[in-house]
Amino acid sequence: MTKIELTVNGKQYSREVEGRTLLVDLIRDQLGLTGTHVGCDTSQCGCCTVHVNGRAIKSCTMLAVQANGAEVVTIEGMAQNGKLHPVQQAFTDCHALQCGFCTPGMIMAVAALLKDNPHPSDEEIYHGLEGNLCRCTGYINIVKAVKQAAQTAR
Amino acid sequence: MFEFNYLQAKSLSEAATFVAAHPDAKLLAGGMTLLPTLKQRLAQPSHLVDIGGLPELRGIEVKDGKLALGAATRHHEVAASAVVRQALPALAYLAEQIGDPQVRNRGTIGGSVANNDPAADYPAAVLALGATIVTTRREIAADDFFQGLFSTALKDGEIVVRLLFPLPQRAAYVKFPHPASGYAMTGVFVATTKTSIRVAVTGAGPGVFRWSAAESALAKKLDPSALDGLAVNAADMNEDFHATREYRANLVKVMAKRAVQKLLAS
Repeated sequence: MTKIELTVNGKQYSREVEGRTLLVDLIRDQLGLTGTHVGCDTSQCGCCTVHVNGRAIKSCTMLAVQANGAEVVTIEGMAQNGKLHPVQQAFTDCHALQCGFCTPGMIMAVAALLKDNPHPSDEEIYHGLEGNLCRCTGYINIVKAVKQAAQTAR
Repeated sequence: MFEFNYLQAKSLSEAATFVAAHPDAKLLAGGMTLLPTLKQRLAQPSHLVDIGGLPELRGIEVKDGKLALGAATRHHEVAASAVVRQALPALAYLAEQIGDPQVRNRGTIGGSVANNDPAADYPAAVLALGATIVTTRREIAADDFFQGLFSTALKDGEIVVRLLFPLPQRAAYVKFPHPASGYAMTGVFVATTKTSIRVAVTGAGPGVFRWSAAESALAKKLDPSALDGLAVNAADMNEDFHATREYRANLVKVMAKRAVQKLLAS
């Protein structure tokens, strides 16, 4: 067992983990933040996407020990003072979710995309969301939500 | 996963000494191949030695006509680097096509090259550009480095430190990605220098290879039409669930022509 320390959604945590403990399992099981989901567990679907030190990563493909000393943001950390993040608001307004299982990871990926590229073209949006699979929506409303969020952030 | 001991290396020499002393230890950089492998219980290392954060493995710079990339450079850094985009835009483009954004935030060039997945993108660039792989022990030429399916010239405990890419006159990469995984079903990297043209193909065979017949034809006439009468031997191509060997052989020719077209337009 190894002791790690990390900041999640602005709060500092100290936990004991095994070498093989995945970051997603630390987040869900030890920290109780179950908004981050395990979908495929094979690094494809992106339901597990969180931000580590400002970059979107698949938390099912990272060890908790690798996040020692890191700043992590999960879906629970996106709303501020009871107000939805512009990306979350856009997803609601544009009906960009149905079952909602992919949605936390999708929102984290979109937020990261817009940070790198505040005004993406359609092609850049498709490319930027290649790491996130949605089985319900056909992506059309997700793309609309990305465009609305880009407008709102202006 | 099977349990293992995790250590974060404090220096490259510490990492090299450790893996030499522990033959069942594995190096961890981005983990985009290793961690999925461990999750499927396809390997059982005794230790994971994390070298992803070592300063000695970082850096992007052009020096003496070569682009030097530290082995732990992430794909998104190569793709976004103003230095790479200026000096070797085809390489920045290639890096941008790897995996997906989340994978590009973690995966490293050193890991990709050391792993030598037959459908990885970087080996095509390394081979076509005649890059040098600098390790903790020596420098290895690209032509000597890739030795087949997941196999390289690296000895046990030898660590990739840096890749040196001679700057080409022109270069281009075209990939036919698998629609779901994004891996190269065929990827062709073409590069010209003052004296040569090299064509490297990934995704189609058991390992990256140079298409010598194409190189000879293009040396005489640098145009997609120079490849008209040529074909790779389908018997040498991979056959699997996704494509027959004939399909891949055809893809090699199509992608090679597109790469030449792209090179001419660059």
